[in-house]
Amino acid sequence: MPVEMSSRRSSSRISDEEISELISKLQSLLPESRRRSMSRASAAKLLKETCSYIKSLHREVDDLSDRLSDLMSTMDSGSPQAEIIRSILRS
Amino acid sequence: MESKSSTTGNRDNPNRNLHGSKTMMASHFLRALFRIQQTSTSSSSAGRSRRIRRAAYASMAYSAGTRRAWSRALLRKLRSRARLRFPRRLSRAATPQRRDMDQAQVLRKLVPGGPSMDDCKLLEETADYIRFLTTQVRLMQTVMDSISS
Repeated sequence: MPVEMSSRRSSSRISDEEISELISKLQSLLPESRRRSMSRASAAKLLKETCSYIKSLHREVDDLSDRLSDLMSTMDSGSPQAEIIRSILRS
Repeated sequence: MESKSSTTGNRDNPNRNLHGSKTMMASHFLRALFRIQQTSTSSSSAGRSRRIRRAAYASMAYSAGTRRAWSRALLRKLRSRARLRFPRRLSRAATPQRRDMDQAQVLRKLVPGGPSMDDCKLLEETADYIRFLTTQVRLMQTVMDSISS
């Protein structure tokens, strides 16, 4: 798996194998749909996909916060909250 | 398997870390949600949304503890009550993205504590940060599904 070395050297001495290992570990964390579009995992491309993925996760947190907020405004205190705890602990 | 914050972590098996952390994350987030529910007025859904968002990052950071640079940086931000902002756009300037743009720099802005990390640490921290982020997102989704059903 070709790995393009970044032009910036990191301050600590890292072997090519270690970098390669970290890169593939990172790649395994991307969801399948994002991995498919990368035929060859170059370091630069993987980093770019990773940035894009993290940004989309941040957006999801924002979106889910909005939706949770809306939902909570329709809730009253009482049994629904107990139900939430039960269902979370079940899953 | 509890995952308390400690300097000697189970660094070799990150999945073991995450398991205990999931429980901490869920209970922290739920407790925060209840507090928000009790103390927020009927107005300002945007304000409540901001508090929920903050609670999400807080439960991530607290469950990861102090053994990770990203969680330490997040905890610092939360305690200073600074605004939690993550860059959405690559740059404010109108310059088009160059082919050789340093993606590591972009990544450093997205991962809490990134600017002070070297390339190797950045990759490790990023992997851990992604694991906790996806767990938090799934947790929020689960809570949502439970409330709306």
